Amino acid sequence: MRSKPFTLSCARATFYDRDMSDKYDITFTVNGDKRTIRVEPRRSLADALREDCGLTGTHLGCEHGVCGACTVLIDDQPVRSCLMFAVQAEGTRVRTVEGLAIGDKLHPLQQAFWDHHGLQCGFCTPGFLMLAVGILERRPDIAEPELREALSSNLCRCTGYQNILKSVLAAAAEMRK
Amino acid sequence: MKPVSFRYFAPRTVDQALELLATHGGEGKILAGGQSLVPAMNFRLARPASLIDINRIDSLDYVREDGGELRIGALARHARFEGPVAGGALGAFLPRVARHIGHLPIRTRGTFCGSIAHADPASEWCLLAATLDAGFLVVSRRGRRNVRPNEYFVGALTTILEPDELLTEIRLPLLGEDWRTGFAEFSRRAGDFALAMCAAFLRFEDDRIVEARIGLGGATDRPSRIAAAEALLTGSEGAPDIFREAGNIAAETIDPLEDIHASAEYRRDLVRAMVARALDQASAR
Repeated sequence: MRSKPFTLSCARATFYDRDMSDKYDITFTVNGDKRTIRVEPRRSLADALREDCGLTGTHLGCEHGVCGACTVLIDDQPVRSCLMFAVQAEGTRVRTVEGLAIGDKLHPLQQAFWDHHGLQCGFCTPGFLMLAVGILERRPDIAEPELREALSSNLCRCTGYQNILKSVLAAAAEMRK
Repeated sequence: MKPVSFRYFAPRTVDQALELLATHGGEGKILAGGQSLVPAMNFRLARPASLIDINRIDSLDYVREDGGELRIGALARHARFEGPVAGGALGAFLPRVARHIGHLPIRTRGTFCGSIAHADPASEWCLLAATLDAGFLVVSRRGRRNVRPNEYFVGALTTILEPDELLTEIRLPLLGEDWRTGFAEFSRRAGDFALAMCAAFLRFEDDRIVEARIGLGGATDRPSRIAAAEALLTGSEGAPDIFREAGNIAAETIDPLEDIHASAEYRRDLVRAMVARALDQASAR
């Protein structure tokens, strides 16, 4: 028996009885801009941001959810974009590192990373920035031990983490002003 | 590091999901939080031909108290349990466990029931479900069944779930205020998989333990209760030396996992320590 097709809330694509290689049109908001892209179901959100949206600030390290370099915000919550398929982002609001600065003015977290030497090679930095934005927006007064634990989500092979912690604490103080 | 192609379905209701599972469940997988399945797919260790994504089934997104139980729907994510979700001893206990699960971005996506369906030996929620004798509500187009942990967990990453079945709800007893709780876990790094962990639940009456539940996870292929340690504690006043003895019994009872992360003997030692720590914690509260 063939059943009725199922559709996503605002998708034109029919999510039923299609071949694996068929592509889906998905629409979501990236850094405030509405975007529609055409992707295979197996396309990760990270690859969709980089390849289909041209936003290469989101980095891919391990591609299995351990390193956190690909962390972005989905509806203001930090997630690993390598562990989410782009089709799952239909209708969501995505924020990436490209959305942090306003023109030439760096986000307080970016400025703090600069001021406190919170990066060296910079590969992990977009992930750390988005993780920290997600944390501080929800808990601007987060205590240092908890922040330390929350930042342990992501890997950095240059800094030894101390300056990242210092940067986020400084940014938190700045953002509370 | 890219998954193989698959067919993607995004049902909006449980009925639609069950219909899809009946047709595609054999070569397919249910996608909930995806924090274990998608890494396996990226490595191509898992190659499901179809993914049935339940994230759009709003009716499965709930945590509520009902009839002395906490009912946890298939879309309740780990992060939800970091805050208060229930009263009683269980309500106080859940946030202490939740923070051990992966990291913040993992907890914002991963789900309680997904963890139970995956049945990783190091799963904190599997340990909790086994220790508290949770109810597992399993549905398919053939009907529904309420399964208990001793039947549900078959081995590492193996459960009694059939390909056409969906785990829709876990039911945990809320536990009255006379229960005291403890949880201890050892892992190499913050957020890493548990090498050994213990959940301890003690009910006191007139300063004596009248009921004890001791559950072990991480060290064996599936979570289990240690009946001999529970029997030892029941009727006692719960002093530190009897807690040490309970740890010894647990360590001797189990058949520990052995892998690159820890030898069997090391896991036994960890079990000894985790049981004693969890019990110390429970008696202190």
